Amino acid sequence: MPWDRNQMAARAAQELEDGMYVNLGIGIPTLVANYVGDKDITLQSENGMLGMGPFPFEGEEDPDLINAGKQTITELARTSYFDSATSFGMIRGGKIAAAILGAMEVAENGDLANWMIPGKLVKGMGGAMDLVAGVGRVIVVMDHQNKHGDSKVLKACTLPLTGRSVVDRIITNLGVLDVVEGGLKIVECADGVTEADLRAATEATIV
Amino acid sequence: MKKVYGSASEALEGVLHDGMLIAAGGFGLCGIPELLIDALVESGVKDLTVASNNCGVDGFGLGKLLDTRQIKKMMSSYVGENAEFMRQYLSGELELEFNPQGTLAERMRAGGCGIPGFYTKTGVGTVIAEGKEVKNWNGQDYILEEGIFADLSIVKAWKADDTGNLVFRKTARNFNPPAAMCGKICVVEVEEIVPRGSLDPDHIHLPGIYVHRIIQGDHEKRIEQRTVRKREDAQ
Repeated sequence: MPWDRNQMAARAAQELEDGMYVNLGIGIPTLVANYVGDKDITLQSENGMLGMGPFPFEGEEDPDLINAGKQTITELARTSYFDSATSFGMIRGGKIAAAILGAMEVAENGDLANWMIPGKLVKGMGGAMDLVAGVGRVIVVMDHQNKHGDSKVLKACTLPLTGRSVVDRIITNLGVLDVVEGGLKIVECADGVTEADLRAATEATIV
Repeated sequence: MKKVYGSASEALEGVLHDGMLIAAGGFGLCGIPELLIDALVESGVKDLTVASNNCGVDGFGLGKLLDTRQIKKMMSSYVGENAEFMRQYLSGELELEFNPQGTLAERMRAGGCGIPGFYTKTGVGTVIAEGKEVKNWNGQDYILEEGIFADLSIVKAWKADDTGNLVFRKTARNFNPPAAMCGKICVVEVEEIVPRGSLDPDHIHLPGIYVHRIIQGDHEKRIEQRTVRKREDAQ
């Protein structure tokens, strides 16, 4: 059985180490926060906060306290606030250890596309280009194939890029792959998925 | 020098002209200068270029200036919450310059610090890099981005004293300090103007040197995505 969304998030949480400052993207990456266990992880929200807490209790929403997805959230004892230039200064400056992000396509050289589909409504890249260019390690979490069964792990991206050669590790419903010299390397297969299954579902070169 | 004005319209008197570049604070609907946006609508000033991370939502925030066709061009990182924006953009009525969010913030900060350009690796190898100078340091490519020098900054803070020292609240700080810094004239709206000496000088987020005019008023502070957890879920 391939991993479901929660199992992918749990696997991604294993990438995080005690003491890390981490930025989680929207979608499955947000679920990673549920699986960090006892590890001392500080979550950054790029609109200007370190130490992001859970959603507020009903009636305690504060319009001055939101995350990068514009959702109401809460602060923690460790929380600090800062402006957007400072926030992206720490991102661009490599102070954030890792970003866990969703993707539309990833290529074998680490190219990432996750911000626009030509011909569809363009919403904007938000902070995604800054994050992938700046953080220590970029981990992509996504389904291995699109709804038509085509591989999203490609030899070359077809969509406009968010960043060039920026992805370090890809976690999909079928397994874990690293971007290495010459292509991708299988790190782990999901439960019940064989290496042959993973290769068959992947367009990119596996070395 | 008197910085405190009676209303948003009074505070914008003499600083508006058609075709001007305005830098606006706020992220989504959090920390946006609601009252100054309303006053811009009233003023009728047009052909505006607005540097702001987002463009409000339909009928609120900067969305109001779209409804009245006062904006010619937006410089933003994300505009997905606004149907009227998309309509005007797709019909060619509105120009859009996408900026990565951190690049936009740094362009404002740089402009405010007298830095006309800086190199960043954000956007290298993407459409953002097209037409921009590339420079290589230690094997890594960087692209040249320009500082933003705005004619006017419109900003929302939590508290100010009458000299313009500002304190922001939680994540409503966001783009407000860099937006404030990059304008020739900076007008700030706050929830409360406090007496001189009542803000701890060590706790000022933006010094009054950047602030030229201040107004106090009531804010709607609309929430864009109300997300909550149930009390019984708590451990």
